[in-house]
Amino acid sequence: MHMEQAVFILGALICLLGAIGVIAFRNPVHSALSLVTTLFGVAVLFIALGAEFLAAVQVIVYAGAIVVMFLFVIMLLGVDQTDDVGFEPLKGQRAGAIVAGVLLVSGLISVVVFGAVTGAGSANAEIQAKVPNVEQLARSLFTDYLFAFEITSVLLVIGVVGAVTLARHRRDAFIDELPHDELPDPDPTPADEVTS
Amino acid sequence: MMLAATLGPEPYLILGAIMFTLGAVGLLVRRNTLVMFMCVELMLNAVNLSFVAISRELDDLGGQIAVFFVLVVAAAEVVVGLGIIVSIFRRRQGATADDLSMLKG
Repeated sequence: MHMEQAVFILGALICLLGAIGVIAFRNPVHSALSLVTTLFGVAVLFIALGAEFLAAVQVIVYAGAIVVMFLFVIMLLGVDQTDDVGFEPLKGQRAGAIVAGVLLVSGLISVVVFGAVTGAGSANAEIQAKVPNVEQLARSLFTDYLFAFEITSVLLVIGVVGAVTLARHRRDAFIDELPHDELPDPDPTPADEVTS
Repeated sequence: MMLAATLGPEPYLILGAIMFTLGAVGLLVRRNTLVMFMCVELMLNAVNLSFVAISRELDDLGGQIAVFFVLVVAAAEVVVGLGIIVSIFRRRQGATADDLSMLKG
């Protein structure tokens, strides 16, 4: 067996087990940890495909930052296990979802099996075997894709501002009930002044 | 170091298809908003895997650049999405996706 086949089989098993775990575990914390498994599997496959930089970024950004943020929010809100698997609010929705999933996966796989990967070879961004992957990516990113790269910084600033705006406490907001961790207002304004 | 390419892109694309479908089914089946969000991340990763596989097949670095930008956008998306979820949970305790039928809090 060739090396890449062995790596692929291992990575694919890790990915699939993790992906099944994400949708099968009832506890959201377990789902988040399964997601880490899948992300590591994808990082292994990135290395097998020769994308070392993306593998490192996958582990640092996805497994390191995004999943930690998920876990942080789960812990902040309390682990919610009311997601009852037996309760089905919409009749036949589960069965319909599984039928749709089978149709989707068979359609996608038949496209891969009966079709062929077409497309012209690269005109200006060939992957050179001698040059390290990071250097090639950096060269491409800071020349051909410089504008897009700068725009992503604006996107990240918008993301930070949006998160702060959404998540901060607003005392004049319409709140059904006070969060259990928030003390009541020590000096409440009379209700008629607020509503006027 | 790059492994000698003995596999075509097809196995990777099939794996990506299966992962994408698992994410889509999870998004439809689960009712916890956080788990639904994780399923979206699963689908994004499946597409990233396909991008890199095609990138090697066509010998084009553009696929890897696309994955880089998808990573950045996914990070921003998670930040804003989790902010929305936190602000929703502030107002309603233990809400699943079914309870969120009103836009106005």
